[in-house]
Amino acid sequence: MTTSPAEDVEFIAARPQPRRGVSFRDAGPPIALIVIFCVFAAISSDFRTLANVQNIMDTAAVLAVVTCGITFVLMMGSIDLSSPGVMGAAAIAVALLVANNRNDNDLGLLGIAVAVLLAAGLGCVSGLALVLLKVPSFMTTLGVSAIGLGVATLMFNGVQPNITDQKLATWAVDRFLGFSYLTWIAVGCVLVGWLIQRYSRLGRYAFAIGGAEEVLTLSGVKVAPYKVAVFTLAGAFYGLAGVMVTSQLSAGLVQAGKGFDFAAITAAVVGGTLLTGGRGGILHSAVGVLLVTVLTNGLVQVGVSPYWQGGVQGLIVVAAVAAAVYPQRRRNQVTK
Amino acid sequence: MSIELEHDISTSGPATVPALEARGLLKHYPGVKALDGVDMVVHQNEVLGLAGENGAGKSTLLKALVGLVKPDAGDIYVRGEKVRLRSVVDAANHGIGMVFQEQSLVPNLTAAENIMLGSEGRGVRGGIYRWDSMREMAQEQLDKIGSHINPLARTDTLSFADRQMVEIAKVLRIEQRSNNAPVIILDEPTSVLESKEIETLFTQVRRLREFASVIFVSHRLDEVLDVCDRVLVLRSGQSVGEVATAHAAPADLHRMMIGSTGSDDHYHGNAFKKSEEQPPPRLTVRGLSGNTFRDFDLDVHEGEIVGIVGVHGSGREDVCRALFGAEPFIAGEVTLDGKKLELSGTRSACAAGVAYVPAERKTEGMVGPMSVADNMTLTKQKSRCSGVLVVPKKQASLVDAWIERLSIRTPHRGTAIQRLSGGNQQKVVLARWLVAGDIRLLLLDHPTRGLDIGARSEVYRLMRELADSGVATVLLADSLEEAIGMSDRIVVMNDGHVTKEVACPTGAKPTPLDLVKEMV
Repeated sequence: MTTSPAEDVEFIAARPQPRRGVSFRDAGPPIALIVIFCVFAAISSDFRTLANVQNIMDTAAVLAVVTCGITFVLMMGSIDLSSPGVMGAAAIAVALLVANNRNDNDLGLLGIAVAVLLAAGLGCVSGLALVLLKVPSFMTTLGVSAIGLGVATLMFNGVQPNITDQKLATWAVDRFLGFSYLTWIAVGCVLVGWLIQRYSRLGRYAFAIGGAEEVLTLSGVKVAPYKVAVFTLAGAFYGLAGVMVTSQLSAGLVQAGKGFDFAAITAAVVGGTLLTGGRGGILHSAVGVLLVTVLTNGLVQVGVSPYWQGGVQGLIVVAAVAAAVYPQRRRNQVTK
Repeated sequence: MSIELEHDISTSGPATVPALEARGLLKHYPGVKALDGVDMVVHQNEVLGLAGENGAGKSTLLKALVGLVKPDAGDIYVRGEKVRLRSVVDAANHGIGMVFQEQSLVPNLTAAENIMLGSEGRGVRGGIYRWDSMREMAQEQLDKIGSHINPLARTDTLSFADRQMVEIAKVLRIEQRSNNAPVIILDEPTSVLESKEIETLFTQVRRLREFASVIFVSHRLDEVLDVCDRVLVLRSGQSVGEVATAHAAPADLHRMMIGSTGSDDHYHGNAFKKSEEQPPPRLTVRGLSGNTFRDFDLDVHEGEIVGIVGVHGSGREDVCRALFGAEPFIAGEVTLDGKKLELSGTRSACAAGVAYVPAERKTEGMVGPMSVADNMTLTKQKSRCSGVLVVPKKQASLVDAWIERLSIRTPHRGTAIQRLSGGNQQKVVLARWLVAGDIRLLLLDHPTRGLDIGARSEVYRLMRELADSGVATVLLADSLEEAIGMSDRIVVMNDGHVTKEVACPTGAKPTPLDLVKEMV
């Protein structure tokens, strides 16, 4: 363009600028975690004991596994509310498949595997309903949660199955290097999740779907199978979490997953995974889980009534989302 | 008067078969002939430019060439062989690839992943990424175009120019799919680049020509002439001529693009007359600066229609929205009838008597499933209410009166507005501002977009009537002819600021060419 004045060169301000360095969204949650931890440690002598740190980690274990699953779904820009039902079904199933007081089954590890598979199947149903029936994930997963609870209630059949399987029962109690087996399972899940996210096509495409799904389509990628696979994977994680709850309670409960849907979304979002997809990841979510757990634990240790905690968690998630979307606000923006 | 420039192409007589050829492509959308029998030939190792005004059918043609649009009739030949393109993948298999106007990269993936997306080959084994192979293969692609981007950089950390290089590297992957030399389509590749980056891109295009054919689309005619061997001009869905760039000037191209339509007054009626003692202007804008416009000044008098013209990216749409408070600006002052306008939002503009008809009628102008009556009373709720309650009778009589006055053809005031024709929809959108009475400034952003000729002239008549009743109007017209025909004065914008103001009185209208000179 010969006619445009030279000073116009830097005037193409309308285009988005490239991102540089580590963003606030990536660095914020770990910093917040450290700060909050230090503050509580300074205030409360009960908080800074080794026993309490172990307690925090053990408390976080189940939530961490659920959050691993939901993170993949959120990364795609979908949402998953199915964890309560899926976890309930897996919890009852595993209680009935390992040695228990209701029947003569004693499948041990195989029983655990079957319960996880059942959960994966329920996740698969969510995914299929999404891609085949084009029902938004919000509704399909809500429905699948109800299905899961229904399946669990049928299996429950009025009598609570208490597990007598020694191995499963001791997962929650026995410790290795100071942390319970459940905590190590959670660490393992985070590691596996990170490997999937970093090195598998499934993980990379889940990330890409959240970033720009139509580009994938234009590049000749069929996204539907990947979506189904992500929901299936998430279901498997919920299943494992359900098994872990059964281990903690030594009994199968229909309500094993109650509240974990919201708690996991909170943890993921607080950790820096965007609900619109394409940002964040497993490690972000792990930090988010610790943040939420430390906060909950710390508030109790400094004497805040547990009755407050639901409300506090709600505040945190709204504030975290507001902070995350703040840079993208514009006039007359439509938010639904 | 017809000025059909048919330069014959004597520069090259390629003996080989054309790399890509389209014959008689036809594509109709409801109410619009997007392609009306387009013929196009791309020779091997040639850079073909594609020029045409908005709506001339450029993007539909490109989409047809990469399998995104299925033409109603006509054939596409690749190297003399007739092909049917059902998808982008299909097109890629035939060696046709496109760099899209809106950059089509996944921002949160690495450059390497974007380049390989969908055809990772040995970069992914058994669903597991081999990052080393990925990087190597991507590097190979980047080396082809001589780019020094780190393949493992996240795409959203790259500059725009670099992202474009990534896209070109990605498109070149189609070489692996087809045995033919590829045909690369670049759709408005310069629109997001700075001038230095544009030079790099041009070097790249010339380099591509060594082993590929290129279709280059840009609204900047000097660029087209600079980088292309030959230019094909489209006008209302037809190919109207070809020019060898060796002997052509932007003006020639533009004459072909706009054709021979005279710039008649569309609806002169009593065109605006400057009285001897000029009253102060109704709208004054001084030094308005925002993201895409700078130091914008404008005066509009009572009863005057001022057209703002400029190419895509000139910033005129944003200026128009800023005057309605729908776009933030960083500096400048806007006064209406001597009173300073606080444009912190659209409400204050409405309250001051500013009306705005947005360009995107379907998404911004109306609420589709809502009734004509509800759409008409959307802005001024008070007009149909008594206290906080809607009074159906009040609304009905008001709406019916306007339906009759503007002769809006609708079965009933309760009909959903989306069921009306475009012209009638637009009349309802306009009526929304009229029911309130007392509009002082009317901002029209492409008010005739997508309307047929009949509907358009009705909108023109309405505009003229409003101007006669004293409304000051700012018009962003759909075409230059429309701007010239309707306006009393025309402000030309280029790259975010005013380059010229042209008086446009009845009987002494400027020609489109006069304006184009200032636009590019």
